[in-house]
Amino acid sequence: MKKQRFWPLMMILLGAFYFLIPLYATFEFSLRERRGEYSFDAYGNVLGDPQFRDSFVYSVLLALATIVVSLLLIVPTAFWVHLKLPRLRPVIEFITLLPFVVPPIVLVFGLIRIYSRPPFVLVSSPALLVAGYVVLSFPYMYRAVDTGLRAIDVRSLTEAAQSLGAGWLTILLHVIFPNLRVSLLNGAFLTFAIVLGEFTMATMLNWPTFGPYLALVGQNRAYEPAALAILSFGLTWICVGLIQLFSRGSPEQGQLAGTH
Amino acid sequence: MAEKVFEKAVTLPVPRPRTRVINLTWLGVVPFFAFSLLFLFLPSLYLVFGSFQDETGSFTLANIGDLFQPFILNSYWLSIQVSGVTAIGGVIFGFGLAYASIRGGLPRWIRGALMTFSGVASNFAGIPLAFAFIATLGRTGFVTLLFKNVLGLSLYNGGFSLYTFWGLSLTYMYFQFPLMVLIIAPAIDGLKRQWREAAENLGATSFQYWRYIALPILSPALLGTGVLLFGNAFGAYATAFALTSGTINLVTIQIGAEIRGDVLHNPGLGYALALGMIVIMAVSISISLWLQQRTARWLQ
Repeated sequence: MKKQRFWPLMMILLGAFYFLIPLYATFEFSLRERRGEYSFDAYGNVLGDPQFRDSFVYSVLLALATIVVSLLLIVPTAFWVHLKLPRLRPVIEFITLLPFVVPPIVLVFGLIRIYSRPPFVLVSSPALLVAGYVVLSFPYMYRAVDTGLRAIDVRSLTEAAQSLGAGWLTILLHVIFPNLRVSLLNGAFLTFAIVLGEFTMATMLNWPTFGPYLALVGQNRAYEPAALAILSFGLTWICVGLIQLFSRGSPEQGQLAGTH
Repeated sequence: MAEKVFEKAVTLPVPRPRTRVINLTWLGVVPFFAFSLLFLFLPSLYLVFGSFQDETGSFTLANIGDLFQPFILNSYWLSIQVSGVTAIGGVIFGFGLAYASIRGGLPRWIRGALMTFSGVASNFAGIPLAFAFIATLGRTGFVTLLFKNVLGLSLYNGGFSLYTFWGLSLTYMYFQFPLMVLIIAPAIDGLKRQWREAAENLGATSFQYWRYIALPILSPALLGTGVLLFGNAFGAYATAFALTSGTINLVTIQIGAEIRGDVLHNPGLGYALALGMIVIMAVSISISLWLQQRTARWLQ
């Protein structure tokens, strides 16, 4: 039975307007650099700016480092808890949810205060920023890995590998990691999207990453920020698109929001 | 696990002899716990303890007391207002959109498009989002000019400003309701069509169906997500900072200023601000988790 589709349609239209108008407006704004005509000058300026390239590359490197550390911490832990210590699971779940309770601005505050004096002076090393990002990635990475582990028979796979003489490292690298490929890619791309534009921690720890660069351009230029917003939107779209592409067929991979 | 089940089924009369080997399985989780301790627990605890200490390190409640000055109270109040308004708005609008796309009898691709877009928009936040809204509703923004040139209305003379409460709330909505759409969609899928048909067969009106069946089932999910959205907005810093250049008096902005070291000149108060924030976030996340567990039993 088909009832009135009027209200649902109105709702979707309203949503579409709210979603799309800022995007269209930003795009239009980004083309206004040249007086009296539309041009891509703002994009040219941005892409030609060596600071853009440097900060972007720096953020990409930080994102990759974060992904590697996060994977190395989360995957063996989740695997081990799954296999040997199921009673610890709620504890791990609780810890990986804590980054929602301690927002980035508070976390970075604590990190700065602890690691700016002896015995551990870490504020002058990008490792502290990566550590902060790894904490931010916990909820997404753990959820992705946990979902993946639930979907495969960890015990049988491990026992089969063991009976063939594999050690723990071999099992993790050659059995568990490949079986979790989709989940790991999900977690990785989400982490990538979050770290790439992250501003709060980077600016407080004074690293020249992409987020602070965006803020700087926002203070000094008129049309370039709009161009950067469009580029960032495109990048986010690519990351989310890749997540959806990889997880096709396996519904409900948690891809929830990042840092605001 | 399998052994346990087996044991239960056969009910062996003799307990198995226990082999006492030193248990080293816990070693496997040490790296994770050590990392969490160093970079999550210690920093948080440092702020918590710091808010109860004066400069010499002895116990004091003065920092907590300092929170109750009007300037600080106002920042908490504004943060709560922005988070509250965008959470309620996000819940209503997000639910409406998700419901319309899933149960509105519209083509299937609309649902797919909405989900993809929500995934992108809920991650599109921070500085670029602020830029997008400045280009849209700033003084020379697209929509502002549209109102001026086409309708002859000046938004900014009419009292609107992107850089104050309503502008910020409108901007936050851009990541709030997509998040709602993503979280609430499974709950809407869990509403069985048969329930509605059964209600209609028994003569229920649309209002009665919502009032007595759908809303009671969905309300924990709606409330739980609402509280989550509240926390999501409450902890936000980058968007507000970029939008207002740090001039709006939110708690996160205050903490940021304290880290940069240019306003309060009182680290103890900074710690207390952070503590207040952690407390509010902890309460809202706990409520949200509790409510979501209550929803879980309806949705398989």
